[in-house]
Amino acid sequence: MTASTLKMKTLSIVRKQIFIPIAALLILVVFNLIADPSFFKITYSLSSDGSPILSGYLITILDNASELAILAIGMTLVTAASGGQDISVGAAIAISGSVVLRVLCGDNPRPEEMQASILTAFLISCLVSMLFGAFNGTLVAYFNIQPMIATLILYTAGRSIAAWINNNRLPIISDPSFGYFGTFFPGIPIPTPIFIAVLCMLIIALVLKFTTLGLYTQAVGINPNSAKLNGINPQLVKFITYVIMGLCVAVAGFIKVTRFSTINYSVVAADIEMDAILAVALGGNVLSGGRFNMAASILGAYVIQFLTTTLFKFNVSSAALPAYKAVVVIVLVVLSAPAVREKIGKLRKKITASRLGKEAV
Amino acid sequence: MQHEAVLEMRGIYKSFYSVKALQNVDFTLRKGEIHALMGENGAGKSTLIKVLTGVHPKDAGEVFLEGKPIDIRSPEEAQKNGISTVYQEITLCPNLTVAENMYIGRTKGVFTNWKEMRAGATEMLESLGIPAKAEQQLGSCSIAVQQMVAIARAVDMDCKVLILDEPTSSLDESEVAKLFRLMLDLKSRGVGIIFVTHFLDQVYEVCDRITVLRDGHLVGEYEIEKLPRVELVSKMLGKELDDLADIKGDSSSEYAESQEIVYEADGLSSTAGIKPFDFSIHKGEVNGFTGLLGSGRSECVRAIFGADKVISGKVMIDGKEARISKPRDAMKHGIGYLPEDRKRDGIVGDLSVRENIILALQVMKGFFGPISRQKAEEFADEYIKLLDIKTASSDTPVKSLSGGNQQKVILARWLLTNPQYLILDEPTRGIDIGTKVEIQKLVLKLAGEGKSVTFISSEIDEMLRTCSRLIVMRDRKAVGELSGDELTQSNIMNTIAGGDNK
Repeated sequence: MTASTLKMKTLSIVRKQIFIPIAALLILVVFNLIADPSFFKITYSLSSDGSPILSGYLITILDNASELAILAIGMTLVTAASGGQDISVGAAIAISGSVVLRVLCGDNPRPEEMQASILTAFLISCLVSMLFGAFNGTLVAYFNIQPMIATLILYTAGRSIAAWINNNRLPIISDPSFGYFGTFFPGIPIPTPIFIAVLCMLIIALVLKFTTLGLYTQAVGINPNSAKLNGINPQLVKFITYVIMGLCVAVAGFIKVTRFSTINYSVVAADIEMDAILAVALGGNVLSGGRFNMAASILGAYVIQFLTTTLFKFNVSSAALPAYKAVVVIVLVVLSAPAVREKIGKLRKKITASRLGKEAV
Repeated sequence: MQHEAVLEMRGIYKSFYSVKALQNVDFTLRKGEIHALMGENGAGKSTLIKVLTGVHPKDAGEVFLEGKPIDIRSPEEAQKNGISTVYQEITLCPNLTVAENMYIGRTKGVFTNWKEMRAGATEMLESLGIPAKAEQQLGSCSIAVQQMVAIARAVDMDCKVLILDEPTSSLDESEVAKLFRLMLDLKSRGVGIIFVTHFLDQVYEVCDRITVLRDGHLVGEYEIEKLPRVELVSKMLGKELDDLADIKGDSSSEYAESQEIVYEADGLSSTAGIKPFDFSIHKGEVNGFTGLLGSGRSECVRAIFGADKVISGKVMIDGKEARISKPRDAMKHGIGYLPEDRKRDGIVGDLSVRENIILALQVMKGFFGPISRQKAEEFADEYIKLLDIKTASSDTPVKSLSGGNQQKVILARWLLTNPQYLILDEPTRGIDIGTKVEIQKLVLKLAGEGKSVTFISSEIDEMLRTCSRLIVMRDRKAVGELSGDELTQSNIMNTIAGGDNK
């Protein structure tokens, strides 16, 4: 009896959406355990300026996945409500990062001291990013343009806009306190981006709990006609998801520029939009909109970073990295495709049915 | 095993999640007979058809075609074995010609012999007496002819079993007659026809035998002469039918004489192209819009609810002027609206029954007032019980429910908001008799509680049973109003037809 209830429980977990990223993560963990257990070693040491830091591959993964996890939040909402993806997030990160630097540097690209407080710079970049998000959102929600086409505009223009904001110069912030946000605060051994990512997750968890954003985006994504007749404004809901995406971009852009205290317009956050979309897909969410699972998307982001770091560790050259990644991605995405899952489910049912049949005989 | 049986299904089982859709169902189709498959929504008719055509794999059971056991795994395989299906919705391509539609996907190799194809199609159309030309674009034919072309296509593929799934629901009477002639012709050629329909008249007109399903079980197989209508209905329902005509009498409302006007519109019109109309409804009143399909009756109620853009008119609610420009405004004033097209405008398919039920109330509570999971579950369970919604749980996606139960979910959604004025546009379309009666009773009960209801139905007798006043629409214009003793079938017909313009 207990065995069978246990079996039922495992079955219900397997059927849950979040099972896919969890399984992927487990496979990666087991693979690393077998290949080299030292992968999981975390060391405690002092940095060059004497403050304590934790280091190790796990910390690197958690640290480097921060931007992606934050973007996955926005991308999940955009996907759910509009049934399409925002491919401009990489370029938009270049813009938001560039704005932060521009506000802090003023006209001089190598200022002795910052021209404004970091908070002011961050808030202004949030505003700018949300405006660009609103631009995308307007095209999608009110002009009914396919999300990929609508955001293609900013995808194409974004990095030039970013360069133009700083007159194509490369500003560098020498004040060390700026770098704290992308590396470590003195005395705290955990990288700051991890805290920022966790904060974002907390916020979205609270928003989903204390507002009806989740229900509205899903209803709009599944059946906008019906949503409208129930008093929801589908255009507004779609629009808002793009503005939220803009906010996520601003936070991710802020982390990116604080990591190096400078920016490279053409390289910063390159191709990150594809990873963000992949995170949503890995989370088992349907890319054509509708139901979503936020936790699964975020976990998907960490799985992607885990994979990247694992590949780096095994000295896969950075040129070959995307190819390796693609292979793994194909397997994961095919396994999580609804059609395949249905087949697997049927197969499992058949096996249990034939077993039951035998027992009955 | 019967000698002349062309198709036999034995002991078919099928379940979805934990819903047992078919349990130990047998079905036999003889050569050259028209066999009606009857049952309420959710009885398992469509599931049985889908198992037969390989859309759903069966869990257990056997299928024999002309005595040989077969295992059909896909619709293509079914077609190869001579089992063809014509669905309610036309599944052909309207922008291709009739001949192309008949041969699409069946030509061998890369090259097409257009001439031969046309000749073959013409011959087929002639032999079946279908009034269409091979070169004609399919979209230019009437719906009935399109359906016949679909049947011709099926017959041309050497079909032994032809399944007609609600083929008559979008046809008018003369078109139905043409279709029946074609069916009888095919029958004389030895084709076995399975006929799925909701219309009892049609069953008794053309069918030889009836198989009745109920709740996934086989009730029985009957010869048509030996099963009077009343018995068929009671077999489908599993109980003696309530006297439908009586339901109005036993709930005479204390509000019947109330003169308190809940909603009043003056010269209302919308972008959907209706002529400005006046309308009002009293507390506890049930009234309705009637008229032919496309007469503007749905557009009127959509204008009341703000579903289409309102371009003129004055609206008074409880005697105070109100502005309703979008559904949200109407909801704030206590108006609920069950839309005509349940699939397109009503349900949110992938969401659970629970989420579908609380949707409207949730929207009224606003963005920052989410209903807690526990509260939502209480609401859902309450209404699942109250309306007797058949669902595995409140977590089941609403799209997996049968049509009647989906309709009840949408009803529950609006009842939960406790509206003072409820608009029901075709709440009984495409659902079984039992649920129809339940819904009609519910409407009268609501009126008895002092709520106002506007009820629209294509079936005039249904309107007569429930409404105390009818607004008649013709060509997007309100052309008359009938109440009291004027409410007779012939009066309504006359007003709709425009013979006697009141």
